[in-house]
Amino acid sequence: MSEEKIRQPIERVSVIVSKGSLEGVYPGLIMANGARMEGIEASLFFTFFGMDAIIRKRLDHLKVATVGNPAMHMPTLLGALPGMSAFATAMMKREMKRLDIPPVGEFLQMFHDAGGAIFACKASVDMFHLGKEDFSPLVDDIITVGEFYEKSAGAQIIFT
Amino acid sequence: MATIEIMGKTLNLDNNGHLANPADWTEDMAHALAVKEGIPALTVKHWTVLNYVRRVYKQEGAPPSVRRISMESNVDTKELYALFPGGPGKKAAKIAGLPKPKACI
Repeated sequence: MSEEKIRQPIERVSVIVSKGSLEGVYPGLIMANGARMEGIEASLFFTFFGMDAIIRKRLDHLKVATVGNPAMHMPTLLGALPGMSAFATAMMKREMKRLDIPPVGEFLQMFHDAGGAIFACKASVDMFHLGKEDFSPLVDDIITVGEFYEKSAGAQIIFT
Repeated sequence: MATIEIMGKTLNLDNNGHLANPADWTEDMAHALAVKEGIPALTVKHWTVLNYVRRVYKQEGAPPSVRRISMESNVDTKELYALFPGGPGKKAAKIAGLPKPKACI
């Protein structure tokens, strides 16, 4: 028996995006695209409000949540003022642009071109009364949770 | 420190398996490095990318991100992944004798 365990490199990841705020969506996009950059197979699965990131009319209008987020270091009542979320969103978008982090639509295109697969969750699609036409054409399919697990065979699953 | 035997020379490698000293690199070496990365032949398109990353490294001291390569080298994202299977940013840097890019995008 060897003393040291050989650590297997990660070969596949499935990243689930369940939140629809700007700060809720980007970590999943970055993790999934970063996997492709390392030569790791990657797919993105959007569920519940996370689907806003792949809904055609919404994906480039996501907002930062300024309420219920203690790390914003902003009193809840202040965060609830009209325009506060738009202001925080503009600030964050400016900073991301400076760091050359692309907008959501461009990010999805980059991930897709990098060979990543993009899926929407069927239960959420049915619940919100959506159809394939509501989604970005980059979405490969609307799949059930069972299909998600099938497609994730041998993959690490990351929930965001 | 790990080393690599290439074209009759023994060169030092960094922790990521990239050449420790980019000045050791020569154009002739690129082919041998590419073969080790599973790329049997370097095409004109490969060289467009390699020359671009070398140029950025020379000017800025760090290799560019995949996104920047796709935007500035005239080789788009899809082509980059086809040319350098297994991660275009790090593979291109490795074949060009440069350290692994530190970018997250």
